[in-house]
Amino acid sequence: MTDLVTLHIAEAADLLNKKEISAVELTNAHLAEMEKGRILNAYITETPERALADAEASDKRRAAGSALGVLDGIPIANKDLYCTAGVRTTAASKMLANFVPPYESTVTQKLKDAGTVMLGKVNTDQFAMGGSTMTSYFGVTKNPWTDEQGAYSLVPGGSSGGSAAAVAAGLCMGATGSDTGGSIRQPASFCGVTGIKPTYGRCSRYGIVAFASSLDQAGPMARSVKDCALLLGAMAGADKWDSTVAELPVPDFAAALTGDIRGKKIGIPKEYRPAGLNEQVAKVWDKGIQLLRDAGAEIVDISLPHTKYALPVYYIIACAEASSNLSRYDGVRYTERVPGATLDEMYENTRTDGFGSEVIRRILLGTFVLSAGFYDAYYIRAQRVRRLIYDDFQKAFETVDAILAPAAPTPALSYEAMKRMSPVDTYLGDVFTTPSSLAGAPALSLPVGLSDTGLPIGLQIIGKHFDESTVLQIGDVLEKAAGFDLTPRRVKG
Amino acid sequence: MYTIQGKTGDWELVIGLEVHCQILSKAKVFSGASAEFGAEQNTHVSFIDAGFPGMLPKVNEKCIEQCVKTGFGLNAKINTFSRFDRKNYFYADLPQGYQISQLYYPIVGEGYIEVTTEEGTRRIGVERLHLEQDAGKSIHDMVPGKSLIDLNRCGVGLMEIVSKPDMHSPAEAGEYLRQLRAIVRALGTCDGNMDEGSMRCDVNVSVRKVGETALRPRAEVKNVNSVRFVMQAIEIEAQRQIDIYENGGECRQETRLFDSVNLETRPMRSKENANDYRYFPDPDLLPVILTDEYIENIRRNLPELPEAKKKRYVEELGLTPYDASILTADVETATYFETAIQGQDAKKVANWVMGDLFAYLNKSAKTIAESPIRAIDLGALVGLIADGTISGKIAKEVFEIMAETGKAPAVIVEEKGLKQVSDTGAIEALIADILAANMDKVAEIKAGKDKLKGWFVGQIMKASQGKVNPALANQLLDKKLSEV
Amino acid sequence: MSFNEQTIKTVANLARLRFPKEDEAKFMADIDSILDWVEQLKEVDVTGVEPLVSVSPRETAIRADEVRDGNIQAELMANAPESVQGFYVVPRMVE
Repeated sequence: MTDLVTLHIAEAADLLNKKEISAVELTNAHLAEMEKGRILNAYITETPERALADAEASDKRRAAGSALGVLDGIPIANKDLYCTAGVRTTAASKMLANFVPPYESTVTQKLKDAGTVMLGKVNTDQFAMGGSTMTSYFGVTKNPWTDEQGAYSLVPGGSSGGSAAAVAAGLCMGATGSDTGGSIRQPASFCGVTGIKPTYGRCSRYGIVAFASSLDQAGPMARSVKDCALLLGAMAGADKWDSTVAELPVPDFAAALTGDIRGKKIGIPKEYRPAGLNEQVAKVWDKGIQLLRDAGAEIVDISLPHTKYALPVYYIIACAEASSNLSRYDGVRYTERVPGATLDEMYENTRTDGFGSEVIRRILLGTFVLSAGFYDAYYIRAQRVRRLIYDDFQKAFETVDAILAPAAPTPALSYEAMKRMSPVDTYLGDVFTTPSSLAGAPALSLPVGLSDTGLPIGLQIIGKHFDESTVLQIGDVLEKAAGFDLTPRRVKG
Repeated sequence: MYTIQGKTGDWELVIGLEVHCQILSKAKVFSGASAEFGAEQNTHVSFIDAGFPGMLPKVNEKCIEQCVKTGFGLNAKINTFSRFDRKNYFYADLPQGYQISQLYYPIVGEGYIEVTTEEGTRRIGVERLHLEQDAGKSIHDMVPGKSLIDLNRCGVGLMEIVSKPDMHSPAEAGEYLRQLRAIVRALGTCDGNMDEGSMRCDVNVSVRKVGETALRPRAEVKNVNSVRFVMQAIEIEAQRQIDIYENGGECRQETRLFDSVNLETRPMRSKENANDYRYFPDPDLLPVILTDEYIENIRRNLPELPEAKKKRYVEELGLTPYDASILTADVETATYFETAIQGQDAKKVANWVMGDLFAYLNKSAKTIAESPIRAIDLGALVGLIADGTISGKIAKEVFEIMAETGKAPAVIVEEKGLKQVSDTGAIEALIADILAANMDKVAEIKAGKDKLKGWFVGQIMKASQGKVNPALANQLLDKKLSEV
Repeated sequence: MSFNEQTIKTVANLARLRFPKEDEAKFMADIDSILDWVEQLKEVDVTGVEPLVSVSPRETAIRADEVRDGNIQAELMANAPESVQGFYVVPRMVE
């Protein structure tokens, strides 16, 4: 009997089509694995009844010869930032701990329309603010990769840490994530899975709890580049609700995976190799460069001169937008309310109680950089530097087809190590992901090697705007060349 | 020039108005909920309006069109590039915690409104028009210790029209507001209904000594919601400031509320910290780009604007600028007037509209649209005077009956037998009788007391129940006197 | 940069947050150090550089003037912490 929880989506789809397995069987296998995997705390809300109903409907369609496509019957998880009609959506916060949206986000609706089965809602950093899931009100998620002592002591990264851990541990076949400054790519790297942040404007943001509107992008996480291509194909596309989403046709991303990247020019940015770059990461990067060269790509040294400024620019802009986006959580219409004698007291009590400290820190910072007397010095300056960063990429893409760089500066860190870090130290984890976020460019993260201690290390492929096809094509070649087919030790229930 | 005399000299006023006009559109500016007024609480509300998580705004194209139209009405520059900003503040009627507005790049730039008062015609500068969303409403008296929130109005499109501080008298400010209302009504971009709050006004007032060029701190007086209140609020606030200065005090820039009952302005309860709205470009929306073709297309299809109408009334119909501005102040009046003048003397019709008709409407608290006297009938009444069918005096009587019954004047004249007597034989006989009965007075006239002729005319009119054409009566009286 | 006690009070008040003294001190120190770190942006010559508001080069999408939403009073009130007769209820707003 095939081990259903280690299959790739493409493989499972094949078995479903051949009717060798049913969607209900596939779903039940994952529900059982989820139960065993609860020690990881990947899910905030499991929806087994909904999953089985979805799976039964899928089997009926297939039996009737009207399957919806390759994703029909595939069990997935949704990051708990996506509003799901009738299913609690918390953004991993106390503020929304009991919020049941009466509407569905566009992306999860599209996935539903493609026939996927929803297993539940997975953990994230609170309001997607963080890189470890440690800011979740529902507790941390554990990285299914263990430390040298075999203990679950490592963070899965974040904010899409629940998605990454669930995918890595076989608790779902794929998951939605969201990426504002690296929230798909960094946890993908930490957990040894694949994830793509598409171009800003590729997927609708409608119904996704907003963090920073000019940066937030939905994207898939899965166990292969092809699976990401399949999921992204279903998630992407124009949407009448989102004014910033592109009115562009969605290419057949899976069809772009030709396996032939001969002659493609791959840029290697020198600024991503600062003095003191983690040796393990540098080694995997060098390996990736060699593998692409071996595959016939032309490796070109490039410069993205404003790279080092991306982090502070990102934190100013993201926090500014967040401070405004999170004003709606005020205890009047749908959040938990903590009473107060006056309206302002009620606001203060509700907001101080409902937000965790990282969220509060970012709201305070964001409010400050927008306030009178500081707006030009911080916010406007950050926007100017953001243009320079954007221009860096535009210029690079005049000569290269894509860029290869590390996804995260280190392999997965331990909770203990992270607890000791200052806010600025934790922000440094986004050093390689924020530049492409600020530029709005698509970027894929995939595991390419292991550290000396046996932890996965991912690389990212950054592409031109709306050219996810090339990014996925190169990623597919790199994935096959790297032969990274390791998964973490199976969780013992 | 309008000045206020104080103990220490003459003061002049510097006035600017910020007017919020609710845009006439079916749906709200950023959501598909109805923008209609007066529905049951929280029914014209979508999840977008209520600021639910993950909800996003999307611009209603009609609201953009209405702004551009209004921009033309204000003789203003239409900006081909505009953008939305968030104005951040917390209030229970503002679900998102910010209002989407346009601070940095408004859709309409500088323009002007031509304002005619008894002192003459002046151009009052318009600084800008920007598109924004309205807030909801709160109700404070229904549940003790609580406020209730209705979000029906929340998200309705607003045009905020900011004038330059170009006005110097209450009358000028009042007229600016009237003209602005006439413009938006003529264009169909706002119903201009100040009672229902679809047009709301904040007044900026400062005073300075005549001859001073620098501006002194101004007070922003909020919620002054009728033309009359605007004029009152300006007078009261100016006087308050003058009193402070003349008693050796200083004014500070502040926000005040107009109290129309006690006729005073009061300081708004000020928060511990001054508001800092932290405006920044709304990342949920991209810029609004208007093509020249789009703008030109709107321009071509504009209805006649009050100002053009006014010019036409003066140049083609021979009205005074003041009368023309009154008749063009709203679409209904202008339409009424233009219907009434068909085939009639426009100046005479204008006098009837602004005189008897306005007086009647005022007295009976009716709008011109509710007038029982149809425009075409008022014109006909003027026609009956012109062709000598009835006298002006009889016309007043006919007018009263028209107001009561709604009948056409010709019908009334016929029914009541009010036609002027033009049969000279009959009139001569009448005059002969009157003269015969008053020979003593005839003798006095003969002796040179010409004034008595008037008395005879009066007698003739009385005896004929006013039906004799007065000119004819005079003429025949002279003839008969000479025969005596 | 000094993000001092007055600044944090002002900013917290603007954001409608309020915390005990010890938390205030912690947040103050955190943000002060973040702002120190952000200072490096001053090195960048941004003369003549237009601020980047959105990476999207396009204009905003528009919707037709059609009423196709609303009339969900019951759903709105079902989510509300406090409501009466279809109104949201908040502590009395004074003015």
